[in-house]
Amino acid sequence: MSIQDILQTMDYGPAPEDSSIVRDWLARHEEGFGHFIGGAFTAPGETFEVQDPARGETIARVSQGTASDVDAAVAAARKAQPAWAKLSGHERARHLYAIARHVQQHARFLAVLETIDNGKPIRESRDIDVPLVARHFYHHAGWAEIAGDEFGGTEPYGVCGQVIPWNFPLLMLAWKIAPALAAGNTVVLKPAEYTPLTALAFAEICAEVGLPEGVVNIVTGDGETGAAIVGHEGIDKVAFTGSTEVGRIIRRQIAGSGKGLTLELGGKSPFIVFADADLDAAVEGVVDAIWFNQGQVCCAGARILVAEAVAGRFETLLRARMETLRTGDPLDKSTDVGAIVHPVQLARIRELVGQGKAEGATLHQGHAPEGCFYPPTLATGVEPASVLSTEEIFGPVVTLTTFRTPADGIALANNTRYGLAASIWSENVNLCLDVAAQVKAGVVWINCTNVFDAGAGFGGYRESGFGREGGSEGMMAYLRHKTPEGAGADLPKPSSAPHDGGGTGSIDRTAKLYIGGKQARPDSGYSYTIEGPKGPVGLAGLGNRKDIRNAVEAAAKAGGWGKATGHNRAQVLYYLGENLSARADEFAARLESLGAPDAGGEVETAIRRCFWYAAQADKFDGKVHQTKSAHVTLAMHEPLGVLGIVCPTAQPLLGFISLVLPAIAMGNSVVAVPSQLGALAATDLYQVIETSDVPAGVVNIVTGPRDELARTLAQHDEVSGIWYIGGPEGARMVEAESAGNLKQTWTEGDGARDWSGAHGQNKGFLHRATQVKNIWVPYGE
Amino acid sequence: MTDHQMLESRTAGGGSSSSGLLPAALETPKAGRNPVMPLTLSMFEGHAVNRSAAERRAATLGARRSVKKEYQAAWLVNAVRCVDLTTLAGDDTGDRVRRLCAKARQPIAPRIMEGLGLGGMDLHVGAVCVYPTMVPHAVAALEGTGIPVASVATGFPAGLMPLDLRLKEIEWAVAQGAHEIDIVITREHVLRQDWQALHDEIRAMREACGAAHMKAILATGDLQTLRNVYAASMVAMQAGADFIKTSTGKEGVNATLPVSLVMIRALRDYGAETGYRIGFKPAGGMKAAKEAIGWQVLMKEELGRDWLEPDLFRFGASSMLGDIERQLEHHVTGRYAASHRHAAS
Repeated sequence: MSIQDILQTMDYGPAPEDSSIVRDWLARHEEGFGHFIGGAFTAPGETFEVQDPARGETIARVSQGTASDVDAAVAAARKAQPAWAKLSGHERARHLYAIARHVQQHARFLAVLETIDNGKPIRESRDIDVPLVARHFYHHAGWAEIAGDEFGGTEPYGVCGQVIPWNFPLLMLAWKIAPALAAGNTVVLKPAEYTPLTALAFAEICAEVGLPEGVVNIVTGDGETGAAIVGHEGIDKVAFTGSTEVGRIIRRQIAGSGKGLTLELGGKSPFIVFADADLDAAVEGVVDAIWFNQGQVCCAGARILVAEAVAGRFETLLRARMETLRTGDPLDKSTDVGAIVHPVQLARIRELVGQGKAEGATLHQGHAPEGCFYPPTLATGVEPASVLSTEEIFGPVVTLTTFRTPADGIALANNTRYGLAASIWSENVNLCLDVAAQVKAGVVWINCTNVFDAGAGFGGYRESGFGREGGSEGMMAYLRHKTPEGAGADLPKPSSAPHDGGGTGSIDRTAKLYIGGKQARPDSGYSYTIEGPKGPVGLAGLGNRKDIRNAVEAAAKAGGWGKATGHNRAQVLYYLGENLSARADEFAARLESLGAPDAGGEVETAIRRCFWYAAQADKFDGKVHQTKSAHVTLAMHEPLGVLGIVCPTAQPLLGFISLVLPAIAMGNSVVAVPSQLGALAATDLYQVIETSDVPAGVVNIVTGPRDELARTLAQHDEVSGIWYIGGPEGARMVEAESAGNLKQTWTEGDGARDWSGAHGQNKGFLHRATQVKNIWVPYGE
Repeated sequence: MTDHQMLESRTAGGGSSSSGLLPAALETPKAGRNPVMPLTLSMFEGHAVNRSAAERRAATLGARRSVKKEYQAAWLVNAVRCVDLTTLAGDDTGDRVRRLCAKARQPIAPRIMEGLGLGGMDLHVGAVCVYPTMVPHAVAALEGTGIPVASVATGFPAGLMPLDLRLKEIEWAVAQGAHEIDIVITREHVLRQDWQALHDEIRAMREACGAAHMKAILATGDLQTLRNVYAASMVAMQAGADFIKTSTGKEGVNATLPVSLVMIRALRDYGAETGYRIGFKPAGGMKAAKEAIGWQVLMKEELGRDWLEPDLFRFGASSMLGDIERQLEHHVTGRYAASHRHAAS
């Protein structure tokens, strides 16, 4: 094309990124890549092909990790871990700093390799992915340096098994490896089958910087290899980023194993445009939301919700903007939308869009070349029930739906199983923060979207998973509080036939269940015997699944508690302590009848605990993270919602108090299953609860067979988290059943912990009772 | 490995035609100059402009598009066509202006033009921009070239002169042969949001311009907020501006991409309402050839191909031309160039 011709068209022309250095590197590995285990590459085993999706050609062969490969990798990581953890924070920081520097020095190599392997535009790998990778290692070099000061009372898990997805191959690796290493763990990581190459290049960097052997191990392979890592008995903590479907499988697979688990799963994030928004800015936001990385982004703003008042104008602007998007060769510097990662994914996108069209959606599509490409797509006329509204497409497809009022918009935003991210567009700070508080999402971007920084936590609510990556909350995912170990035991079935012990001589008392602020008879119509050392001391209601259902319903209606101020909640907790104190003798007598060794002490500690959590109610606040310039990034502690709490057997009053108080102090409402054997110590409490201004439904008590009630709680989709202190089989069951809605779980062996000491009261309980919402607020006029 | 070449035929979208990009009313614009319309507050009051979003868009635009090799050369040549070659200095003299005009007539050395395959092209800059008293010198020096002379006027750069004197200044410059008048607005009217006063003033200036085209300098560095920029842009267009221009070059902050983004979105919105196409001129502080590409990318991405022509787009710059000439020589010879080997302006 002559310059004269170009002056007519003023086209951009080709602007290819030179890939020759990376091609040479690939050619040198033509025989195939092995795994990186114990600081060295293994010989290639059975291999599979890795494709460049844009060109549809094979670029490398990598090894399919076998069980024995995984064994070797876990053994290497195990061997390396004690020495790695024993290094001073400063020494670990030097290693992470070296990795950060070398990532920068190899920045273009990594960007080009990522683009060839994944199909994402070079602009993104060059300007977004790789700089964020370097930033993540820098940031965590810092955490390694100061972890000893900042995270007292914690220890690394040990060996982490990490499985990452194909959408941000190197960035997800960084999000996994950097905090794990900073905290003193060693890792076995499996990159995605479609995109293993930058992980292997990263392994070479680990060798280049002299990272101790075995600290980072990379095993390539498919889902089977991933399952072998996750299920390996030598793994102490599992971290997974990927689909909700696989997250569920992993949750079930490792249930009862005692392994730590964090999951970063799918999303269907709302993108809410209010009438007073800068509409051009919001349109550009859509580009960043769904036409970033071909829409293969877990937090992609995939559902545009736009105020009816401006919907027409917004759609016009958006469709005009779609005209200038360039889809094509990801190695071209002028490409906006690259290749879909793999033909299988392309087929999935086509199928879902086809279904949406069949359901009546209207499609507005940009342009895409032949091959593994999909055009930017806007779907209008989409109803909330449409597959396009509910399913995560993981492609460049966005829906547009209108809303009438802020409340309507929020309701539509939250009408999803997921809760990863949300984007809010309005020039009204009152509206923005109001909506940010109400939307169920771990990350909220105001007047921006898909903004990331290592200094802020990232992770979801609901079925988008749990745990955070980045910031101090991300470090907490790789550290555990030192807790006493013990397996607990299964409990006998409650005896529900009349017993032959005599009466006490005083007026007979009936312990009922406590649901929605009212005493309730058990649905079963049965009671069971509570035994003391000197024989039966009374009857407790034999709760069943319907009682749990009713209790959860009552708890869900008590959502206002979570919006009350910390001061309000503190007042209630203080009052609870006051009223408990007034009846201290009565509770001591009850505990004594149940055989408590130190009844008076248990009551006294329970009262003090009321004060301690009252004190925390308005002090366990979030943070303002240091992220990007001209941004306030708020990390807010929010309650989980409805929390199921299955209490320990011993110390029936203190165990109940120690778990329920932190939960309600943070704004959760609770369905508590008290000690099965000592239930009367807890049912006595409902009169105290009633007189202490605890709003109806905030605390619900269902007595009965521990594990049967725990199962119903674990299975309940309205319950956001469950704490289970019990036996090993119950713990396994609770974790497995929690997979239904991916509720957060915490299980511990019954009897392992002494509830009267420091282990019975600390900030760890508050962390478990909250989830962190990161709200990004850019500013400037 | 098989074919590592570019997938040239496999990149779709971002087409060169502006079809679909522009509002319907601008696809087939009305003929003739933008007439004066009454002040219409509804076209800008309450219009939100989010600064951080504008800055993000501006920052990523340059990274989203790249022109290489002959395309880069073509884009630089096109930039030359759109330059308002400017001297606005206290020590301007007739000879100085004549020298500038010589450069305007032949902005790129013939040997470079030959090397670019453009030997037959009559390449010249968009206009020569001077102070009013320099207009006669420029008009004489450019006679027969078709290069218009632009004059600043209205008490440039601050504009704080009685209105009748400012209008007389316009009339005088036009009488001396200026084809284009770059007026400055009274910033006070914007800062006080006295839109009627602003509209009245610019409308009067437009009348004084007569057949000469009017570029309204908003002095955005003084207006500060992007909401002010949008509103002032809209009022200037309603009052009959043919072009809106960012800066005098004398404010603390001159042309920036975020400000330009807001101004061209305003002219797009104005066009959507009225059907008239308005031109845009960033001015001040642009020195590098790379910036010449960056601004053209902004125009093409936001408004399309037509805004890469001098009737709708001008750069107010002086030293940028020198850098463009050096880059073009490098394209031809493969060697890096030195400015002392090019004709001074």
